[in-house]
Amino acid sequence: MGLISWGMYPIIKNKKISLRDAKTLPTYINSTDEFIPYGNGRSYGDSALNENILYCKTYNNFLDFDVQNGILTCQAGVLLSEILDSVIKRGWFLKVTPGTKLITLGGAIASDVHGKNHHTQGCFSECVEEFTIMLSDGEIKSCKKGDELFHATCGGMGLTGVILTAKISLKKINSAFINQTTIKTKNLAETFEAFENYKDIPYSVAWIDCLAKNEEIGKCLLMVGDFADDGNLEYKSKKKLSIPFNFPSFALNSLSVKAFNWLYYAKAKDGISKQRVSIDTFFYPLDAIGEWNRIYGKNGFTQYQFILPKEQSFEGLKEILTKISDSGKGSFLAVLKLYGKANENYLSFPLEGYSLALDFKIEAGLFELLNTLDEVVLKHGGRIYLTKDVRVSKETFEKGYPKIEQFRDFRSKNYMDKKLNSLQSKMVKI
Amino acid sequence: MSYVLIIGAKSDIAKEVARVYAKNGYNLYLAARDSLSLEDLKHDIEIRSGVNVELKEFDITSYDTHEEFYRSLKKRPVGVIVVSGYMVEQKVAQKEWIETLNTVNVNYTGALSILNIVANDFEKEQNGFIVGVSSVAGDRGRKANYIYGSAKAGFSAYLSGLRNRLYESGVTVLTVKPGFVETKMTENLDLPQKLTAQPQEVAEDIFNAQQKGRNVLYTKPIWMVIMLIIKHIPEFIFKKMSI
Repeated sequence: MGLISWGMYPIIKNKKISLRDAKTLPTYINSTDEFIPYGNGRSYGDSALNENILYCKTYNNFLDFDVQNGILTCQAGVLLSEILDSVIKRGWFLKVTPGTKLITLGGAIASDVHGKNHHTQGCFSECVEEFTIMLSDGEIKSCKKGDELFHATCGGMGLTGVILTAKISLKKINSAFINQTTIKTKNLAETFEAFENYKDIPYSVAWIDCLAKNEEIGKCLLMVGDFADDGNLEYKSKKKLSIPFNFPSFALNSLSVKAFNWLYYAKAKDGISKQRVSIDTFFYPLDAIGEWNRIYGKNGFTQYQFILPKEQSFEGLKEILTKISDSGKGSFLAVLKLYGKANENYLSFPLEGYSLALDFKIEAGLFELLNTLDEVVLKHGGRIYLTKDVRVSKETFEKGYPKIEQFRDFRSKNYMDKKLNSLQSKMVKI
Repeated sequence: MSYVLIIGAKSDIAKEVARVYAKNGYNLYLAARDSLSLEDLKHDIEIRSGVNVELKEFDITSYDTHEEFYRSLKKRPVGVIVVSGYMVEQKVAQKEWIETLNTVNVNYTGALSILNIVANDFEKEQNGFIVGVSSVAGDRGRKANYIYGSAKAGFSAYLSGLRNRLYESGVTVLTVKPGFVETKMTENLDLPQKLTAQPQEVAEDIFNAQQKGRNVLYTKPIWMVIMLIIKHIPEFIFKKMSI
């Protein structure tokens, strides 16, 4: 069996070569028809799957750390968790981090990931000072913001070359703890109001109850927070629990989802509550459960994540949440988040508005449901996140991304489309 | 701060063990042949963890250099971890005596040579820990891998005896038995994913087991069950099997 992605769907045969030395990489590129770089396999769908896979996690040396100014240079296979192990105790943190720390630096750039602070800090590329990348002709190029290669590569899904090293700037912190406020809302209108009220707080995210019906649609727990200032920089990664095997697929019926949602509601009994929590609890709650993807059973799952422009968000979300609730294919996780302005990168996902992310186990009828959700997303001027996707059509995808032709031109002009491809890139023709 | 000595520092497992000990505040002596090739790793670990890393030239089969090597360490290590290993295909080893000899020398004789010296020193000091990376292959000889396996079996028996001897002096000895591990050595093998550990995982397991003063560590843990079964298959059946 070969490498799989986080959603465990699709499963294809592949041949993996580990990247250990950039000197031997041109030979691999030359002698391989087409391939795709693969980091830690945390993209959900087929973005890093192909018959030939370049496994980059083995290319993972730290190269330089300017502790005074918080500038770190690493090879691209380093995991964000390794960066955190190194920098937190010295008073630094990632400027932008997604909801898992188990991704590589190269993967963070290729997906131009974002986190709970997108509305104040933007995407991961905002903290990338410079990176080096090997192009399909074997040449190593260095680039920074403003270069076309930079804007094509950040969010470019690994389709412009093999990212080798990156220099990133970090955020100064004076604590390894977060002061968190949890706000409980009763419906979507209240949820939107809460996001607006707390938008000056750097980190925010909401957990939505997807099974809520009628006037309760959109009720949520909004969690906002910022770093404490207590000088306590002690950080130890939590000991992981693990899901030892694939759950039988009936385990995730709507009853268990209801139970899960109920537990979450018990957290903020009085509407608003405050907690002091660790970095891992606040930013990476699911990392504490190793291989939680197995909970969806052996057929795998996918995450449907879309974003809608702000002025259309309310109507669009209401429509989509209603459809999901009616379908009964309730998602285990539904995450709502307010985003700031879009950046210049060709394929970065975020734009100013609201995004919702939902997990679905793969089952009959699912893709039909998602196709109808696509229509609503497009109707409201939104788009789909490639890093999570495994099924979006070329037509739906490209309507959401106005810079798609620039990206395609850039790829073909540089012969990248001949060497670098994933199942996904072939499906949406990028 | 205290130093840990890692013998055979060039392997993928050793590299991750080094990173984990450094992450937890230990300085390191990294000992290997052609130790200069470890410059990048030294640099990596110093940046990651802000500890000191010293590279030491060491050949595990040059037994007569071991005493002097150990005396030359400027600070006595608080722990010694032997990760050195040598494995060729069984078919090659059974045909070429030199390969059999090398397998035994690296996995067994050399490890004993350096650990005898360390053990005497730690016993005198009444302090220290020893970790030996053996293998599940040492638990029972199989036709697929018995030359390597018998050297590791010898090493496991040595570590067990050493643990017994050093118990009184408070020195701990940990025997590590990894199953399949995803390394350079196994890059081209099609290993079953659920039984295969990442080197990072093995390293974390080693660190945690050693800190807790455990005796024997199987990693992944499932290998303890697998080997328990394999060890208990009666010989008259086992001799007919291909596993």
